[in-house]
Amino acid sequence: MIRIQNLNKTYKNVQALKNVNLEVSKGELFAFLGPNGAGKTTTIRILTGLAKLGSGAALLNGFDVGNRSVESRRQCGLVPQSINLDRELSVFENLTIHGKLFRMDKPERNARIDELLDYVEMGDRKETLVKNLSGGLKRRLMIARALLHSPSILFLDEPTVGLDAAIRRKIWALIKKIQQHGTTIFLTTHYIEEAEFLADRVAFLDKGSIVVVDTPEALMNRMGTWALDHLKEDDMETLYFNDRKEANEHIAAHKDSFTLRRVNLEDAFLSLTGKKVS
Amino acid sequence: MIQSAFAVYYREILILRRRLTRLIPSWCVSPLLYLIAFGFAMGKLVTLDGHTYMEFLLPGLIAMSSMTQAFAISSEINIARFYWNIFEEIQAAPVSDFSYVAGEVLAGMTRAFLAILVVLILGFLFGVTLSLNPWFWLAILLNSFLFASLAVGIAMLVKSHADQSLMTSFVITPMAFLGGTFFPLENFPAWAQNIIYFLPLTHAATAIRSASFGTRPSGISLTILGVTGIVFFSISVLCVKKAKD
Ligand SMILES: Nc1ncnc2c1ncn2[C@@H]1O[C@H](COP(=O)(O)OP(=O)(O)OP(=O)(O)O)[C@@H](O)[C@H]1O
Ligand SMILES: [Mg+2]
Repeated sequence: MIRIQNLNKTYKNVQALKNVNLEVSKGELFAFLGPNGAGKTTTIRILTGLAKLGSGAALLNGFDVGNRSVESRRQCGLVPQSINLDRELSVFENLTIHGKLFRMDKPERNARIDELLDYVEMGDRKETLVKNLSGGLKRRLMIARALLHSPSILFLDEPTVGLDAAIRRKIWALIKKIQQHGTTIFLTTHYIEEAEFLADRVAFLDKGSIVVVDTPEALMNRMGTWALDHLKEDDMETLYFNDRKEANEHIAAHKDSFTLRRVNLEDAFLSLTGKKVS
Repeated sequence: MIQSAFAVYYREILILRRRLTRLIPSWCVSPLLYLIAFGFAMGKLVTLDGHTYMEFLLPGLIAMSSMTQAFAISSEINIARFYWNIFEEIQAAPVSDFSYVAGEVLAGMTRAFLAILVVLILGFLFGVTLSLNPWFWLAILLNSFLFASLAVGIAMLVKSHADQSLMTSFVITPMAFLGGTFFPLENFPAWAQNIIYFLPLTHAATAIRSASFGTRPSGISLTILGVTGIVFFSISVLCVKKAKD
């Protein structure tokens, strides 16, 4: 379980987080959505003990990340935004180091490495040097590494950034599978469809503040069910309708060209913040 | 605690092993140049306290190599930290600041010991054999502990890899030349001696030199090395927190 209370964080002259309050329950898949610079990574870095807490409190399974940081770090696994594998070492060596850092003994560690490499479908890559892996495989290896010590909370910071559509879907399936095993997942993304597809609940973060927290369905229902996109001079206008008939009537009554589609999470985000996520 | 320090150490050793074929030649270059340039050129002309210049020089080179190689852990840490973000992988694990520093210092000391073996072999090829008694190894242990501890602290404080190279140019290189490596301390003017006396490498060089000539090194030098090492180590532990933003 993750609990964040009145969290503030300031870097020299930027206030990266402003009074953030959040609770994520056990087994939940929670997505943190927000534009570049919103403070998503900062939140994860504070929760995983990489950045110092400004003011407020953050607890992982009851352990304060500030003054019980060794215990709180044991609760979680982290897949950071940028790749942080040892390039010169093999897949197996990278995982072994991680297992040793988390004090796993050798039989347990080796069994778990084999299990997880199969889990992320990299069983045949055990001896490959990391520098020879593709981007998608590096991500999968980082996920396997974060899961090695069986954490109850997994932090994923933009787990699919820079990956092609097919590999992204593969990673989504993997993330779902991890949640089904009972792991609490906290992920950040600026791909709306990623949050929409994966998350039980999402939070919109903008300039360090949480704008809204809710389930994707509830957020979309606020807008209606159908959206009509309509190109006006140099901007796009979108109209929302509760049923399809109303939308079609609107099209019939106007001469302009419209595109009819279902409401998505991006609509909810746009109306809440007045801007696009990415 | 010990276990996670060993995990940090284990990682450095895996990398060291992969690079060994490139590192060994690099450990040879500067000692070899000094042995040829100074040892051969001055060897016949100079004797110091009843020893040939070559015999005088070799322990100095050993002090120097143990310093530079123990200190080299600093740039390894920085490359891993600034370019590969590996520091974060370790910081996100339940590793205390003490264990982290201990693991890295141990790695620096290992690197120093391996480099010294290379210098000893070179010395042997040049016909110089030293007395490798326990005092000799103790002085090296203290010297490499001191400089590896300094290295980890500096690695935590610098903000970029460029700052790191600056530290090497301003601290390590001058010390290598002044710290009693190439010339006896007594040959410097009195005011310079007073400054040089406070350089840790001076004590390492004199202690290693006396031990290699079969005499017991000065207790004061060994104490200064040990105490300074512990101070640097403690400061480094405090500096780990500084490296987090
Ligand atoms: N180490 C740092 N020093 C100074 N400012 C920082 C630091 N880290 C982050 N910031 C600032 O804090 C704010 C939030 O950054 P953060 O990386 O958390 O955003 P993000 O939501 O993860 O963005 P992105 O989608 O680009 O990854 C930004 O304004 C950033 O410039
Ligand atoms: Mg980020």
